[in-house]
Amino acid sequence: MEQSWKKAKAVFAAALGPPLVWLVVFFVAPMAIVWAYSFGHNVGLTEISFTGTIANYARALEPLYLKIFVKSAWVAALTTALCLVIGFPVALAITFASQKAKTWLLLLVMLPFWTNLLIRTYALIAVLRTEGYVNQGFEWFWNIGAKVAPLGAYQPLELLHNNFAVILGLVYVHLPFMVLPLYSALDRLDKSLLEASLDLGAGHLRTLFRIVVPLALPGIASGILITFIPALGAYLTPDLLGGPDSQMIANVIERQFKRANDWPFGAALSFLLMYLTFIAIAVQALLSKGRKKEGVG
Amino acid sequence: MGRGAQAADVFGGNDEVTEAKPIITFENVTKRFGKLAAVDNVSLSIREGEFFALLGPSGCGKTTLLRMLAGFETPTEGRILIDGQDISNVPPNKRPVNMVFQSYAVFPHMTVADNVAYGLKVDRVSKAERDRRVEEALELVQLGGLGQRKPDQLSGGQRQRVALARALVKRPRVLLLDEPLSALDAKLREQMRTELCTLQEKVGITFIMVTHDQDEALALATRCAVMSKGLLQQVAAPNDLYEFPNSRFVADFIGSVNLFEGVLAVDEPSHAVIRSPGLPTDIFLDHGVTGPRGGTVWAAIRPEKIELHKRPDDGEPPNMGDAPKGTNAVAGVIRHEAYLGGVSTYEVEIEGGRRVKVQRPNLTRWDQEDFRLGEAVWIAWHACSPAVLLS
Amino acid sequence: MSKRSPPGPLEYLRRWPIRLWLLAVGVFLYAPLIALMAFSFNDSRRNIVWKGFTLKYYEKAFNNDGLIEAFANSLTIAAVSTLLSVVLGAMVALALWRFRFPGKTVVDGALALPIVVPEICMGVGMLVFFAKVLPWPQGLVWPLNLGAIIIAHVTFSFPFVAVVVRARMASFNRELEEAARDLGAGEFRTIKDVILPHMTPSLVAGALLAFTLSLDDFVITFFTAGPDTVTFPVKVYSMVRFSVTPEVNAASTILIVLTVILTAVALKLQGDPAAAAGAHGGDKA
Repeated sequence: MEQSWKKAKAVFAAALGPPLVWLVVFFVAPMAIVWAYSFGHNVGLTEISFTGTIANYARALEPLYLKIFVKSAWVAALTTALCLVIGFPVALAITFASQKAKTWLLLLVMLPFWTNLLIRTYALIAVLRTEGYVNQGFEWFWNIGAKVAPLGAYQPLELLHNNFAVILGLVYVHLPFMVLPLYSALDRLDKSLLEASLDLGAGHLRTLFRIVVPLALPGIASGILITFIPALGAYLTPDLLGGPDSQMIANVIERQFKRANDWPFGAALSFLLMYLTFIAIAVQALLSKGRKKEGVG
Repeated sequence: MGRGAQAADVFGGNDEVTEAKPIITFENVTKRFGKLAAVDNVSLSIREGEFFALLGPSGCGKTTLLRMLAGFETPTEGRILIDGQDISNVPPNKRPVNMVFQSYAVFPHMTVADNVAYGLKVDRVSKAERDRRVEEALELVQLGGLGQRKPDQLSGGQRQRVALARALVKRPRVLLLDEPLSALDAKLREQMRTELCTLQEKVGITFIMVTHDQDEALALATRCAVMSKGLLQQVAAPNDLYEFPNSRFVADFIGSVNLFEGVLAVDEPSHAVIRSPGLPTDIFLDHGVTGPRGGTVWAAIRPEKIELHKRPDDGEPPNMGDAPKGTNAVAGVIRHEAYLGGVSTYEVEIEGGRRVKVQRPNLTRWDQEDFRLGEAVWIAWHACSPAVLLS
Repeated sequence: MSKRSPPGPLEYLRRWPIRLWLLAVGVFLYAPLIALMAFSFNDSRRNIVWKGFTLKYYEKAFNNDGLIEAFANSLTIAAVSTLLSVVLGAMVALALWRFRFPGKTVVDGALALPIVVPEICMGVGMLVFFAKVLPWPQGLVWPLNLGAIIIAHVTFSFPFVAVVVRARMASFNRELEEAARDLGAGEFRTIKDVILPHMTPSLVAGALLAFTLSLDDFVITFFTAGPDTVTFPVKVYSMVRFSVTPEVNAASTILIVLTVILTAVALKLQGDPAAAAGAHGGDKA
């Protein structure tokens, strides 16, 4: 039971006032300014006039930029799907592990999650670059092979600065985002439901797809959302691991602000990205609401 | 106005002849949550030194009433007086009442002694006196020596004692208990019942308890208020509630009962007769009813007040002595029996198909053998046994 | 070893395909990090083949003033922004948990925004804000020169703290609060004596979360930072862009170790990581 704010105005004002002011001044206001910029255009070098033009949005929807949007969404979706496929068995194993094993496994999943994103990306660079560990390893095998067959000199694989590296990097970075919500959904599941399914004669795979997945669907949905949103707006991974053709939307935005100095256009792109994010959230919310109404889950 | 008058009747009933002054008075108190009236125009006086129980099914408004007394809810209408002072606008921390919460609400991060001392600390009682009173209170609830324990090292019963000591140490005018025994297991509940009674006698202050458990209310309280749907149904001593219920709700809520709907065929000062369509016999009463002649009334007969008699093929109905022949006895067949140790209960199907609940004490070790499933029996009752209900 | 019972029906962890899968995922997650750490001790500039153990890159890293300054900046920003985030987050969580008020849904939604909005968008917002509305004065004394970054970090951290604290408060037994009131405590005293003690574990968890978020953040800092306020991630970024050097490995290793220690502390303080993960995973939504 919540209390009406009128019953304790002093406490209410003291508690809500400062955070609310902070949020409005340092978050809502900046975003509102960016939003306003997205309807303006550059006058001179630093001046921006608010003309209410939609030219920035029109430009953002030109094929050049539209392609990047579509590509970003596609890359994020692929990343999410890979994380789900890789992460689900992991979450399942953790859920049904003994208490002690559970603790350690969760720790192992969470540790990279807490580790600096830049360091993790950097670690991947060291693995993937032409003189990286993967190529080193292959070269070593190659040279052994070269002793018995004339293979010629080893040509290092180009693993870095391409789309493959970007997706690998995104999966690497976002896997814990997927595993943790999946785990918390699976963990809340009543184990006797699974036992009932097995007891009634279903096999493990059938139990998985007919019982576990439907019941864990809200957790799966939130895992998808939690992975998809940051992947969609990823900046660092495509910047460091990607090549010239693997730019994602965040990189384009950064360029508008830091190099091209076209703030209004960058602002429009930012808000398009934000709208995409909100649409993703809304879709998830609608889906879960629909499910609740049906009385499933 | 009808409802107000009715409520006033209830509270001004035959219990009013008493010299003790009211310590708590609810005056036409109503509490609405949105459209729903959780408490609906309740007027009630509770006297100094009583062990008072608010009894009713969940959602009947009893807890809301208690919480209004503690100050956690404010009445939408009406006044609440403590010692004649209107306290409707006094915040909970300034009221001379203390509460034992349903979950006990023992502060988990404080030791037992700190829990008990908390209210005194807030009141800036000196350390020396605080220590003395905490000690005293812990002794009172038989927790002496456990002061340094943390609540998670205590059993449920011990936690309840902490909650009791914590409230009593403040020497409140009234102690409020919200479902005090509901969280305990059956054996402990029995034991705590006795202890609560002893405790109340020892400290001598007014206890007000909320409970949905009629046994608990009957066993502990000196007086009970039965509530339903926000309305006060009846306020009476436990035995009066059981033997003289004022409505079908009370009769049915307290204990088990057979209700026969009928009309008053005869209503004289010395006797009355109720004719019930589902019953092949008249119900004869040894007293007048002064009810609405021809209107609907209900006769409520408790299962233990119905006797079972053997019925040989062409036997006569048993003579109950105080009822004329042809009344208060019906032929039937035992359709269900349950042996409960001290008593056995039966369901007897009478002519017309209705089943009547009968309870019979097992006075000897062989009594259970007396009646068998499917056996033909008479059921019969005395003229003084049925309670007549007008609503 | 000889007498192990066969895996029970739900003991998926004891089935070999799952074990293999876990092993593969573990290698995937950890091999790059372990390699990074190992090669920080490698006595070779080119960072490829193991040439022998050395600590010289740590020495180098510690003598790299820019790196040390960036590291100090990061820690200072994290500490200050954590403190502010915990205070603000706890306050807003308390207000939202405790009170019914008009516009609550709006506040709730607005509070979720910094969590869900893509980092790049928030970075852009900060860039514009500190360029046009509140230009942070250049050349202030340390640590005042970090003010803009601290503000930015608090802004994205404190809603996370609020979520953690609110999740904790959901398990609060209201009767405890009522008991304190009943025993004579006023509004503020009740908060201090009963509500805060219950909140404490979530404050610790929230603080660790805020600290990590701050230490971890690159994008928003990248947009907020001026040329003279370089944080550790920004510094590493500029180093990484040029080349992979053992120095960066050394600095990264230090940060990883720091993270491990922080996580260990968090778990010690919080007890069950399973519960923490559950809260955490759910919160991020």
